[in-house]
Amino acid sequence: MREFGYERVLDVSGAVALLGDDPDARFLGGGTNLVDLMKAGVERPTRLVDVRELPLDRIEFTPDGGLHIGATVTNSDLAAHPEVRRHFPALAQAVLAGASGQLRNMATVGGNLLQRTRCGYFTDLAKPCNKRAPGSGCPAIEGEHHNHAILGASAHCVATHPSDMAVALTAFDALVSYETADGPGELPLADFYLPVGDTPHRETALPPGALITGVTLPAAPVAAHSRYRKVRERASYAFAIGSIAAALDVRGDVVREVRLAFGAVASRPWRAGEAERVLTGGPASAEAFAAAADAELAAARPLPHNGFKVPLMRNLVVAVLTELAEEAAR
Amino acid sequence: MGPGPLSTYSAITLSINGEKYTLSVDHRTTLLDALREQLDLTGTKKGCDQGQCGACTVLLDGRRTVSCLQLAVAAEGRAITTIEGVADGERLHPVQQAFLDLDGYQCGYCTPGQICSALGVIEEHAAGWPSAVTADVRPEAGVPPLTAEEIRERMSGNLCRCGAYVSIVQAVARAAEAQVAEAGDDTKEAAA
Amino acid sequence: MTTTTGTAAATRAVGTAHTRVEGLAKVTGAARYAGEIPHPELAHGWLVLSTVARGRVRSVQDAPVLAMPGVLTVLHHGNAPRLESDYTVPFGQPDPALQLFQHDRIPYVGRPVALVVAETPEQAREAAEALVVEYDEEPHDVAFFAGRPGMYTPEGSAAHKGDLEAELAASAVVVDAEYTTPEEHHSPMEPHAATARWDGGRLEVIDSNQGSRFVADELAKLFSLDPDSVRVRSEHVGGGFGSKGTRPHSVLAAMAATVLHRPVRVVMTRRQMFALVGYRSPTAQRVRLGADADGRLRALDHQAECQTSTVFEFIERSADFGRPVYDADAHHTVTRAVRLDVPTPTWMRAPGEAPGSFALESAFDELAEKCGIDPIELRLRNEPTVGPLSGLPFSSRNLRACFEEGARRFGWADRDPRPGVRREGRRLLGTGVAAAAFPTLSAPSTAAVTAEADGTFTVRVTAMDIGTGARTALTQVAADALEVAPGRIRMRIGDSDFGRAIIAGGSMGTRSWAWAIIAAARELRERLVPGGAVPPEGITARSDTSAAVGALTEMERHTFGAQFAEVAVDVTTGEVRVQRMLGIFAAGRIVNPLTARGQFIGGMTWGLSMALHEEAVRDQASGGHVGADLAGYHFAAHADVPAIEADWVDDPDPDDPVGIKGIGEIGVVGAAAAIANAVWHATGVRHRNLPIRPDRVLGAAEGALGA
Repeated sequence: MREFGYERVLDVSGAVALLGDDPDARFLGGGTNLVDLMKAGVERPTRLVDVRELPLDRIEFTPDGGLHIGATVTNSDLAAHPEVRRHFPALAQAVLAGASGQLRNMATVGGNLLQRTRCGYFTDLAKPCNKRAPGSGCPAIEGEHHNHAILGASAHCVATHPSDMAVALTAFDALVSYETADGPGELPLADFYLPVGDTPHRETALPPGALITGVTLPAAPVAAHSRYRKVRERASYAFAIGSIAAALDVRGDVVREVRLAFGAVASRPWRAGEAERVLTGGPASAEAFAAAADAELAAARPLPHNGFKVPLMRNLVVAVLTELAEEAAR
Repeated sequence: MGPGPLSTYSAITLSINGEKYTLSVDHRTTLLDALREQLDLTGTKKGCDQGQCGACTVLLDGRRTVSCLQLAVAAEGRAITTIEGVADGERLHPVQQAFLDLDGYQCGYCTPGQICSALGVIEEHAAGWPSAVTADVRPEAGVPPLTAEEIRERMSGNLCRCGAYVSIVQAVARAAEAQVAEAGDDTKEAAA
Repeated sequence: MTTTTGTAAATRAVGTAHTRVEGLAKVTGAARYAGEIPHPELAHGWLVLSTVARGRVRSVQDAPVLAMPGVLTVLHHGNAPRLESDYTVPFGQPDPALQLFQHDRIPYVGRPVALVVAETPEQAREAAEALVVEYDEEPHDVAFFAGRPGMYTPEGSAAHKGDLEAELAASAVVVDAEYTTPEEHHSPMEPHAATARWDGGRLEVIDSNQGSRFVADELAKLFSLDPDSVRVRSEHVGGGFGSKGTRPHSVLAAMAATVLHRPVRVVMTRRQMFALVGYRSPTAQRVRLGADADGRLRALDHQAECQTSTVFEFIERSADFGRPVYDADAHHTVTRAVRLDVPTPTWMRAPGEAPGSFALESAFDELAEKCGIDPIELRLRNEPTVGPLSGLPFSSRNLRACFEEGARRFGWADRDPRPGVRREGRRLLGTGVAAAAFPTLSAPSTAAVTAEADGTFTVRVTAMDIGTGARTALTQVAADALEVAPGRIRMRIGDSDFGRAIIAGGSMGTRSWAWAIIAAARELRERLVPGGAVPPEGITARSDTSAAVGALTEMERHTFGAQFAEVAVDVTTGEVRVQRMLGIFAAGRIVNPLTARGQFIGGMTWGLSMALHEEAVRDQASGGHVGADLAGYHFAAHADVPAIEADWVDDPDPDDPVGIKGIGEIGVVGAAAAIANAVWHATGVRHRNLPIRPDRVLGAAEGALGA
């Protein structure tokens, strides 16, 4: 870890101004990912701008009944918040499924969106990685990849996005707000993460130097009937090998509205739009759920050792939607 | 305030176990290393230095935190509680006493982190926080009891390679019960 | 003060529950481990490891690094002091991994190539990361798989009797199955750490290890020092499990302290531990069992394979497991090995027995299924009366009692043997069982017991408490030997100055140390005159158990156990959860039920972890690991571990002064097989490759659906 300057800021415009256009400066939130990557040598900033004390730690209703979540809200506070648990239970569950109690107490919403992949090649400087060292190659494709992407990957990178929270946010059409020296901006989470293509090192559409200030969840009554389900190789304190955020509104056995997003299958949280289209207006049956999952997963291109994720995701879609449908029928 | 923006050291004051410590830190120094290397508070352990084991757990403003990913310079102004500050003088905290009585450890290296984490778990549960094994997270569903399953999930950020989990869970359960019983008389008592 | 041993109405301490002697220090954070003793002028060393798997170091570009802030020195093969290599250690040849910076050859990824020493850990770390090391790389081979070319049969690794092929041919029922276990790592919570300094002509080392005297002796040999001029202390050790012998950190701390004339601390990072402290070899095992229709074994053939390095031989003797456990007319066991461009594996909790029992005890379950016999009954029908290969009598063998007590408590009698028929929601439930056995060993040790003038007693023994509870157990043993209350015993351990004593390993530490303490205590009591005065310096008696241990008659000495597990399997996600585990052990006299239970349960937790989680992945392209950290190498967390129960049957060793056998490893043995057998009972699918990961369970379920 090289030496770096440290400044703590108390207002958003000051933070943005201080970071400026310095490519070697980073905002420091909870530090749970950045400090780890600095120790690994993956990140080598010369300056840290500590944004944890910015007045962005509130969760408030928006005028239309949605929720605005400040960027420095900790994962713990997000998951414990009564309105989040009431209106977006899958979001609370997703956050609770991530990391550990200690890390959730530290990690912020803004930082969570920006966390980097846990691909073992990415975090090991001794190995090639196109995401860390563009052009050096992707050894995972021929090497260890049993927990790598099956959707939206490229010949340049097959890493997955590690966030659980972002999967639920994706299902709920979250908007990311940010601040730059030129003023504020907003990005739908659906457009926030860039396609992998041949530039896996370019991960988000945030303008250079932008500070995430918050996330807005539009009002979504369907989200009150939602669930997050995570499968991992240990019962807790492990990254997903497959996860799903689902919300379902069923009336008289007909799907009125459904939200589906997958985790641990792509370089970004994967909104299962095709499955949603197949399901909407159709029957709420296990067969329909499976058909919808198959429609979504038709695009899957598994590698030799991660093909299990296709049936895993199909089974998760069926299981979670079946549970939600049964609860709606009660 | 510290010196200019490109300085790589800062003079800071840390508030640890109710006492103020003034020190100069390399910005790279984690709270964990500041405690262990500069302040001789070695009760907080370094197991992985990557946020992957929980041995370095301390309380920051009352909340459990892994001190290996917390830069010391960024901890200025926050109330830090380490294992050395958990007991009330000679009187062990009920969590410590339960670990001792029920053999909630073996090699002892993860123990300070387990104990600090348990303090956080009991507080978080008392505050009504759900967990990943809470069946219904909606606030209307109320707070689930602190069952063994709930304790296991909430303590999962603290690895124990000796495999003392079974007795650790028993110790946390016993201490939590004692805390509830105590809180019956005195409505609210801070954990540490 | 006058002596009062034996005059008080002594309650026996051995056999009663005692909280740990050092418990208060451990729960308050006061217990200091090796990296936690402050020294003025302490410098910090940071290891730099090779990034290539085979080749030579072309250059270590230390000049720019030496100019970095705080850097004191960069040690490497171009400037390091010479180390002695021509010596022996109690376990045979010395490990060439300790010949640090003596040449430019690289035999595996993770070989230390430099040590950067700086004023602060932050400076040392950055300088180590900045150090450019150039290599001449050569092709490497790190691929371990069953039957691969290069397998050889190490000396002494085969044992057999009878005509195997004839007995297999004559068998009514034959099981022939292959099993694999992956590379596994000890991963003690405390990383290896050492602080070395010269003090009054002596090399003083505070080190995290499993045998301070062994480390001191080896450091003396490496640095050509008089053994008395090296002292190694290790008061508290944060787990070891076989990984904490003499390792590069202590050698390099000593080397740097010698060069710099100031104290130097070297602490391994978690990632470095994956390359530097040994590991359990992956195994590939083929088991063939032939039986009559009634389950009586005619043939037992266990062929195991493992890897070792190109520089040193360590054999994971998986096939040894079955030798004392089952009799068969033809009984063949062999472990073969291949030398690869990898670090040398080493002892890891229940070496050989842990992977070997997974294969053989799984195969026994398969045989029970084929014979239509209850798996416990099958095992009891093949109980030997003497050592199947040795013909020697057993010192005690209470495996049957373990199965009977375990079956009663677990509710085994009600078990429906059919697989795949118990459903609870989306999950399938199943139960499994396996046998456990582990050798009972003892080794010569010395101890000193001092009657102090104040009426207390001080015991000095180079015992190690790596979490086993040894300090407490030895206190109880000493109290009984002196017939005083444990509170009057001061137990001092973990200091090489206390004399020769066996390591904490092989489940023989407490047994061996206790023997020495009892011998010294007896000697002391003979010398104490009842009512006589004790001089201010006390009265000390010393012991050496070499003769007594050497006089032990040759017998089959083992601990045994019966492992039971219940699992729930979600075949739609592949998740396996262990719902219950019960282990009943016959493991000698239990000195401290409180800490002993922790040892057994800890071992069983390891078995659970081995069954479901643990797996280090080696990248064939680079020859190094992928995900060498505790997020990449999973071992069981709180949420994985149910309320495991362990208990024991009466089984004192007749030849041990206390009746101790040793309990550190038996809990691991058979546990993974019991879980794998339970997964079969739940799902009808045999999982012969560990760990039983979700993708494997799911793949098997999908395969079954597709078939």
